[in-house]
Amino acid sequence: MWDYCGHSLDVARRRGATYADVRVMHFRQRDLTTKGGEVGTLGQSESIGLGIRVVVNGAWGFASTDQLTREGVAACAAQAVAIAKASALAKKEDVQLAPEGVYVDSWQGPCQKDPFEIPLEAQLDLLLKADAAMRAVKGVTLSETDMQFRKIDSWFASTAGSKIHQRRVHSGCGIVATSFKGDAIQKRSYPNSFGGQHILGGYELIEAMDLSKHAPLIAEEAVALHSAAQCPEIRTTLILGGSQLGLQIHESVGHPIELDRVLGQEANFAGTSFLTLDKLNHLRYASSIVNVVADARIAHGAALGTFAYDDEGVPAQCIDVIKDGEFRGYLSSRETAHLIGLQRSGGTMRTESWNRLPMIRMTNVSLLPGTWTPENLIADTDDGILMETNRSWSIDDRRYQFQFSTEIAWEIKGGKKGRMLKNPSYSGITTEFWNSCDAICNADHWVLWGTPNCGKGQPMQTMGTGHGAAPARFRNVKIGTAFSNE
Amino acid sequence: MSAAKKTRAVASRKAAAAEAHLRPERELRAITSHIFRLAKSFDLPEVEVHVDEVIDALTRFANNTIHQHVAEHGLTVSLRVVVDGRTARVTTNRTDEDAFRGALESAASLAASQPKDAGLLPLPGEQKYRHVRRFASPTASLSAEARARAVKNACALAEGKGQVAAGIFSSGQSQSVLANARGLYAAYRQTQAEFSITMQQGSATSWAKANASDYRAFDPQQLAKTASEKAARAENPIELAPGRYTVILEPAAVLDLVGFLFYDFSATAVRDQRSCFSNRLGKQVLGRNITITDDVYHPEQLGAPFDGEGIPRERVVLVDQGIPRHLVYSRRSAKKAQTKPTGHGFALPNEYGEAPMNLVVEGGKTTLEEMIAGTDRGLLVTRLWYIREVDPYEKVMTGMTRDGLFLVEKGKVTQSVRNFRFNQSILQMLQNVESLGPSRRSTAEESFEMVVPSMKIKDFHFSEVTKF
Repeated sequence: MWDYCGHSLDVARRRGATYADVRVMHFRQRDLTTKGGEVGTLGQSESIGLGIRVVVNGAWGFASTDQLTREGVAACAAQAVAIAKASALAKKEDVQLAPEGVYVDSWQGPCQKDPFEIPLEAQLDLLLKADAAMRAVKGVTLSETDMQFRKIDSWFASTAGSKIHQRRVHSGCGIVATSFKGDAIQKRSYPNSFGGQHILGGYELIEAMDLSKHAPLIAEEAVALHSAAQCPEIRTTLILGGSQLGLQIHESVGHPIELDRVLGQEANFAGTSFLTLDKLNHLRYASSIVNVVADARIAHGAALGTFAYDDEGVPAQCIDVIKDGEFRGYLSSRETAHLIGLQRSGGTMRTESWNRLPMIRMTNVSLLPGTWTPENLIADTDDGILMETNRSWSIDDRRYQFQFSTEIAWEIKGGKKGRMLKNPSYSGITTEFWNSCDAICNADHWVLWGTPNCGKGQPMQTMGTGHGAAPARFRNVKIGTAFSNE
Repeated sequence: MSAAKKTRAVASRKAAAAEAHLRPERELRAITSHIFRLAKSFDLPEVEVHVDEVIDALTRFANNTIHQHVAEHGLTVSLRVVVDGRTARVTTNRTDEDAFRGALESAASLAASQPKDAGLLPLPGEQKYRHVRRFASPTASLSAEARARAVKNACALAEGKGQVAAGIFSSGQSQSVLANARGLYAAYRQTQAEFSITMQQGSATSWAKANASDYRAFDPQQLAKTASEKAARAENPIELAPGRYTVILEPAAVLDLVGFLFYDFSATAVRDQRSCFSNRLGKQVLGRNITITDDVYHPEQLGAPFDGEGIPRERVVLVDQGIPRHLVYSRRSAKKAQTKPTGHGFALPNEYGEAPMNLVVEGGKTTLEEMIAGTDRGLLVTRLWYIREVDPYEKVMTGMTRDGLFLVEKGKVTQSVRNFRFNQSILQMLQNVESLGPSRRSTAEESFEMVVPSMKIKDFHFSEVTKF
């Protein structure tokens, strides 16, 4: 692979590139699903190719190819140069890249049990057992299970001299029980909705999740939701479970801090951000107990946003995003770092595949743990609602106003978890919401959740991100608007 | 010419060729034939092969300059084996003998690792397809320079107005060949181009977008002008109280919402009891002025005239004057329902079954201008954003207005309005349509391209307001 990298860089340089970097990437994927006791999806795929990014005449060009021959990669590099020259037709300023070291390295993420080495029969058997356990509960009208595994090898090289190989294995699994009755569809998911939990790691995740053990409970809850009281429309105290809080972080902290959004580069698609540059170090984003980091290092945990180097060859870092409630940092790249006075990129450029351009993406954007236990948190709450497991999510294109609904909720009265509530939802304004946070559970209850489906960019790229969160409490939150008719 | 210069010239020509030309169809057919021969040597008589080739390029701009500019060329081979009532799929983008052998072995192994599927059907035999022509050579050969010049002109227009432009201009071509060992052979190629632009004036924004098989079907500069004029009108928005409003949805906003119904028309979704049309087929669920078909043959639609198993797509009337009448079927769901497949199945194996991908909502004769002129008080909506399902059976969706929300008073657009969040049942919304505009091919970001009209709708539910 290094030969293809080197040859394409040589061609780019000879044709006038002042900088170029290249990624050869090899993806192997396995997808399994079941539905109603039958196998649904059963497939494997692989994809390998090369993408090269060049600066010519001060402007960017990118081209990709699956023709991994010397002729193929040379043609690809030549095309990238031609595209960069076309880009220069509408150029305002020359591309400026923050300085970065030269690295020659090889890194492999943690993976105790290679999922591609586990017999497929065992994987399907595990899913079918969980599927059967859900269907055994009367009232369940649809049972679904899934597993996904990806093995990603990437070879990065640049004209500066870096040569970095990385191997990552991503694993994920989840189950969903759905119940249709009368005029309502209710569902419960484990360990999370929309595909379950996903990590940087191997089959050990699947074993740890113990899907069959949890299947009866979520199936019973899905059925019980039909008889539960409607979540009221009210302003009250809200306690969010960890996975829902992970998505709240993703939408209302992770996306607003992407510097390309802030600079208007996503204005046509993903949107911009309320976090304009004047707010850096000047905005009280959250209450003083809130600390958020963007941490791609393995020391933070093995998640979908963990790596050793980003896709422009910058080492993984930990960035303070919110420190004691104050807004402290953006997600940046080599091209954008200087615009906020940084000497160096924050190392957040990531690409979906060999045929896509790296762009600023979340790594692991996590809320650091607090001091509470969930039991103490509930005992300390006189009147409130506990919500768990996302059902829908939406936020405006500048990331101010959001609305989330969850699969299930429980009333909290007099410090005790009470009756189940159906159709829960909450909404708010990002900074008002985070400033209302007055309790966060401790590290024993902190989970690094994986979000495998974050979309951004044109052409669209899907990326996996990580979000560490423990249950937390928010005061005076607007509840129930999604199901209100007024 | 020196050797180095010759090498560069060859590489340059190849690069140009890679940007402009798909492989001849016979090369893709040869891949399928080769795999069938290999499969016989593995004693795998039941094999289906998809070969897909994509050439795409996209020029992306923001802050009145090009900041991303990309091109890709890829070919994938995806094969499915059927062995003793079991099936599995393996996909690769390598096209050498070892890759094909490996893929066949893996597929056979995957298939053998699962329980027998009593509902699995044998591969279909030869089919006949209606010809559709959706390949425009000028789009296939549209160069990076040509896109860059169009972008430069749009940015110049923005600068001249003191505005900031962001968007994309993309062009591409693709082809698919689907064949199986029972003699089924289907082939399709198309081109596609898209221009999308957001104009920003101060904190105000507006947007315009077009998508077609032939890039000459739209005028990027006219789209830029439209977005520019609306952005100028969008400054200094007033804040209105949330509540129920009469709305005039431009076609993109209609598409954004109505597109979310697509999977509800799947026979598998209805059988699984997760469709909003479960127990509602044949009932007057929507207004009598709503008729929705799925029609891949509509002159403004794109897409292949066959489904993931190679079954010819049929035109299906999904909603007839407000009554959901028909669903779409794959072979499997059709057999379960004892009816014929409609040619809407996804590639097997999958758990979703099928869905209509070429929706056409029948329009009316009321122009957008006439809708505005006939409105005493209402809101004109350019597009919607971040739409998600809140209630799957009542089909309540939430989302935001974006890039141009305007107050209409006494027949005139009078003010820009701060963006609202909505929580609105699509079923209720389509009971409340007061008038429809002519249908046309529309494109946005929340749903796939459709042929839809603008709509004037009463009692649309806005629940909260944001800060801009």
